[in-house]
Amino acid sequence: MKPEYVVIGGGVVGCAVAYGLLKSGHQVTVLDGGDSAHRASRGNFGLVWLSCKGLDAPHYAAWTRRSVGMWRELADELEQISGESIHLVQDGGYDFHFSETEMQARVAQYQHLRKVLGSDHPYEVWDQAKLKQEEPEIGPNVVGAIFGAEDGHVNPLKLLSAYTEAIKALGGTVITQANVERIQQHADGRFSAELQDGSLITSDKIILAAGLGAAKLGPQIGLKAPVKPQKGQVLITEKLPPMINRPSGIIRQVNEGGIQIGDSKEDAGLDDQDTMAVTAAIAERAIAVYPFLANTRLIRSWGALRIISPDGLPIYQQSPSHPGAYIISCHSGITLAAAHSYLLPHWLENTTDSPDLELFSEDRFELSEAE
Amino acid sequence: MKTDSNFLRLNNASQDTSQEVRFFWEGNEITAQQGDTIAAALLAAGIPHTRETAASQSARAPFCMMGSCFECRVEVDGEHNVQACIRPVESGLNVRRQRS
Amino acid sequence: MLNVDVCIIGAGPAGMAAAIDCAKAGASVVLLDEQARPGGQIYRAIQADGHPLGNIFGPDYLRGATLVDALDNTKLKHITEATIWRVDPDKTVFWSQRGKAEQLKAQRIILATGALERSFPFPGWTLPGVMTAGASQILLKTASIAPKQAIMVGTGPLLYLLAAQLINAGAKPAAIVDTQTPKQYLLASRYAINALKGHKYITKGLKLLRQIRKAEVAHYTQATDIYAHSKDDSKDKVEQLSFRSGGKEIILPATTVLSHIGVIPNVQLSRAMGLEHDWDPVQHCWRPRLDEHNNTSLSGVAIAGDSGGIGGALVAEYQGQLVATEALHALGYLDRTQWQQRTQTLKQVIQQESTIRPFLDTLYAPPQQALTPPDNTIVCRCEEVTAGEIRHHARNQSNGINQIKTYTRCGMGPCQGRYCGQTVAEIIADETRTDIAEVGYYRIRHPIKPLKLGELASLTPTGESFIQRYIINQDKNKQDTTNQNASNHDKERKHDNYQEAVHQPANE
Repeated sequence: MKPEYVVIGGGVVGCAVAYGLLKSGHQVTVLDGGDSAHRASRGNFGLVWLSCKGLDAPHYAAWTRRSVGMWRELADELEQISGESIHLVQDGGYDFHFSETEMQARVAQYQHLRKVLGSDHPYEVWDQAKLKQEEPEIGPNVVGAIFGAEDGHVNPLKLLSAYTEAIKALGGTVITQANVERIQQHADGRFSAELQDGSLITSDKIILAAGLGAAKLGPQIGLKAPVKPQKGQVLITEKLPPMINRPSGIIRQVNEGGIQIGDSKEDAGLDDQDTMAVTAAIAERAIAVYPFLANTRLIRSWGALRIISPDGLPIYQQSPSHPGAYIISCHSGITLAAAHSYLLPHWLENTTDSPDLELFSEDRFELSEAE
Repeated sequence: MKTDSNFLRLNNASQDTSQEVRFFWEGNEITAQQGDTIAAALLAAGIPHTRETAASQSARAPFCMMGSCFECRVEVDGEHNVQACIRPVESGLNVRRQRS
Repeated sequence: MLNVDVCIIGAGPAGMAAAIDCAKAGASVVLLDEQARPGGQIYRAIQADGHPLGNIFGPDYLRGATLVDALDNTKLKHITEATIWRVDPDKTVFWSQRGKAEQLKAQRIILATGALERSFPFPGWTLPGVMTAGASQILLKTASIAPKQAIMVGTGPLLYLLAAQLINAGAKPAAIVDTQTPKQYLLASRYAINALKGHKYITKGLKLLRQIRKAEVAHYTQATDIYAHSKDDSKDKVEQLSFRSGGKEIILPATTVLSHIGVIPNVQLSRAMGLEHDWDPVQHCWRPRLDEHNNTSLSGVAIAGDSGGIGGALVAEYQGQLVATEALHALGYLDRTQWQQRTQTLKQVIQQESTIRPFLDTLYAPPQQALTPPDNTIVCRCEEVTAGEIRHHARNQSNGINQIKTYTRCGMGPCQGRYCGQTVAEIIADETRTDIAEVGYYRIRHPIKPLKLGELASLTPTGESFIQRYIINQDKNKQDTTNQNASNHDKERKHDNYQEAVHQPANE
């Protein structure tokens, strides 16, 4: 009998790994917190993104590229099982630049990365003219873009919904409103997760995929879980006919027609309120990229909290003191969903196909950094 | 092109021709009264539906008349998503059915 | 930035009364309203000398004329055609006027945003020709337009008032399809004392009903299974209203259907501001949490009128005066004795005028078919999400109202849940056998009304811009190879390294 798993956290990270484990024949129960918990899976940008990832961390760049390369397969599978379209478009994306100097600096970073990885890590330099051809609406302040051919975007809410349906279709259990208070490991190595109402859910193995909630639960099972919230603010506009062909890190047109605009990086603790100053600055930058946006109506703005480790890279770690307990944490849950579904199950079960995730362990954080 | 309206303009309001405002709906001229919102003018003129929804192209028309429901959105002089129940009529406006 | 003592949002009876009192006491006041003229919805289009259509609206409407007259004669800043889209906890108020964004800072804020009609979903309610009773009333008041042969459906005092107004206007409705049942009479009878104390409202109501009877408007009672449809399957306008009444199915020809099942507080702004709200089981709606002086959970912010809980136009006016007293005292324009005196008197009179409420609220409680409509009913008009879809997710334990919003897009459209939020909550409560107070409501976000990105951008504070430095640099001549450039380069590299460390470029 394959080990049974409990996954704490029903966001896109928890669901992705739960799905992968179910496909490999494990029994999986997902414990998802309440409706008003900070849920990064609801507030994110929906990018399937390789550009600018790991320019100083080649292992992360490589890991991300693997995930991005398997995303189409994931989308097709989820759409088939759940019957819902998740609107993946993987046609490339832009990293816009407003200064030649900065763009050249970025190019240098890619050249360096290619050397270190010994690969054809994708990037193309598009000047203003080329960009204008592909995006007629681009504004004169954009001096050019670095085009990432493997980038794309997806409907993140549909993705989450499709994962949930797929998990159920594969016989997994999702328990909602399930706030885990305590995790314990017993003499026989099995785990029990105690919920707020006192009930216990037991399993052979346990995965902490609880986003910011991992900080509280991690230490109970010998994991540092040094994650902190980082606020990002996002705007969404009224629905428009197709105006923007490809996504960028800061602007994309979603499948329903609205234009989604970001973003910011702020240390605001658990405050996810959107603010005037930042949303105004975000709007200003967006208009510099696509001037037509000046006349487009803003429908809604919000803030969401990213889950950030001290170096911003994912954490994949089996607990040294509680074998069978794992932490999975990252802020690119959408992009890495394919790797999480297809590759992490091997790592969890230490099969021959197990990816080498040593560099993502918590050991890289000195105690002083991790506090 | 006037269709038979489901609404009638009460007597004392329609007598004063100096209060008339003419604008265009889908290229056809409509006569409204000074002070009408675009939505009121369209209903009085017998326009059956003023918008088609994005998801299913279903026909919609003004619903709450107070700016809360956003059903009455039309295209005014090229501008999308104008709430017709808030915008007053003006001479020569080019109003079109909003489609997506 | 404009800095004022008191900013009042909404120029209905509550807002007008508050503005007049505050300004008269010497406070600096700004009154903001979306309409070109004051009056809110209840006194919409009233002028100081009445209304061009004369008395068809009834005597209560004319009270608005007194208020408008007083407002016109009070020195204060009344900003019209102002669409408020955001109010921050530090009491900065943001609005747009004809495509230009503005802001002000206030010491005290009074929200007086009134009521919305309670959403009454039934199959076919999205067809052109189906509108709210309030919509018809607004058409009558603002443009002297009345529907021919309207079919009115629902319950509540406004339904009967409008029927009488249409009769007065010579546009008698073809029928009233009344959803009220004897059960409501029975339940309301427990508030019989209140009814007696508020007898003038009862008298008014009976008078309206008599007038409607006299005009021989067909009146169908205890109606259920309400359905609007077009004759063939064209679905481009309403042509019939069908329902069950008196044990039979009835189909009426209908080119205009006016629906109404009562009004609820407009909490869009109070929710976006993060104020506390409580479920009111008698009024069957959410209302902002207010202390006995109508202060909200945020210091310096008070609410007057229907947006704090349904009380009607007269109560709204008195509450406007109450919150004005509160504000004036806090600002030092009134001493403690004056404050005590005024507050006491006002609270008393508000209490008196409010005694009728539980009786009316119970008598005209919303029908179950409106709260939990059949599966094929569109619940979210904006995103076209049906009751069936919501039930499906609720049954599959979709983790609450905001999760369902995430999965279905219900509440993500331009109306921001104004017309679906309560229905979605009712359906979830019903399916999961949870108290609706536990189910909660959508998280409401700014802006509460749309504004152009250009307008928002225009408010970027200096020093907060992401883009300005690039535009300035681009304007400089590009032949720069000086130290300046080199040091910029270093700065930019540091900036880039930082950026990578925290993993950008967006929050995927």
